[in-house]
Amino acid sequence: MADEMMEPGGGGVTKKFLYVNRKAPYGTIYALESLEVVLIGAAFEQDVSMIFADDGIYQLKKGQDTTASDMKNFSPTYRALEMYDVEKLYVEKESMDARGLTPDDLVVPVEVKTAAELGDLMENQDVILSF
Amino acid sequence: MTLEVAGKSFETDEEGYLANRDDWNKDVAEAMAKLDDCELSDNHWEVINFLREYYDEYQIAPAVRVLTKAIGKKLGADKGNSKYLYELFPYGPAKQACKYAGLPKPTGCV
Repeated sequence: MADEMMEPGGGGVTKKFLYVNRKAPYGTIYALESLEVVLIGAAFEQDVSMIFADDGIYQLKKGQDTTASDMKNFSPTYRALEMYDVEKLYVEKESMDARGLTPDDLVVPVEVKTAAELGDLMENQDVILSF
Repeated sequence: MTLEVAGKSFETDEEGYLANRDDWNKDVAEAMAKLDDCELSDNHWEVINFLREYYDEYQIAPAVRVLTKAIGKKLGADKGNSKYLYELFPYGPAKQACKYAGLPKPTGCV
């Protein structure tokens, strides 16, 4: 209701939000919750970045099949992030290498950064949320 | 809650959104609209069908801002604006059209 009425971008302060995703997509609710928070938060037109590291990389893996687990495959939703103006998606190089993955294995375009580079990125944020 | 359509009953949540997306058909949409005193025109169907395609592709019901932008891209600027969409769906284009499309309430919609 409220969000239907509200035209976002009404002169509020823009902060830099970073969402750090470190867990596998299924088995816990963290990945889905993070994605929902990002989508909801997008209505407030903040400067949003997302990092995927450790098993969180698997959230973006192509070809997910959840039929056996009876959970919804929400990986297609990451492709909607661009329309929510969430375009800064980073993956940690060390985590990608350890799992033998390249950006071609992922459902969305990402930027690969080393752990050290991601550390610098974190330094520059106003808010960091870890999932 | 349940919705009765042509002698069949469909499970909905307390706000009238269909519990099972697979239950949806055009008669269900018409019945939901009737409850809101809304007659579905071709222009309504254009938005409803767009939302169903969007959900198939992204597994999410878009927020109103995203819906407006996406409709503009697909159907032109004369339709991708709040005024046009609110005239069709006065209860809120994302909320009301998603309901008729048999989708869950848009993420982030309270």
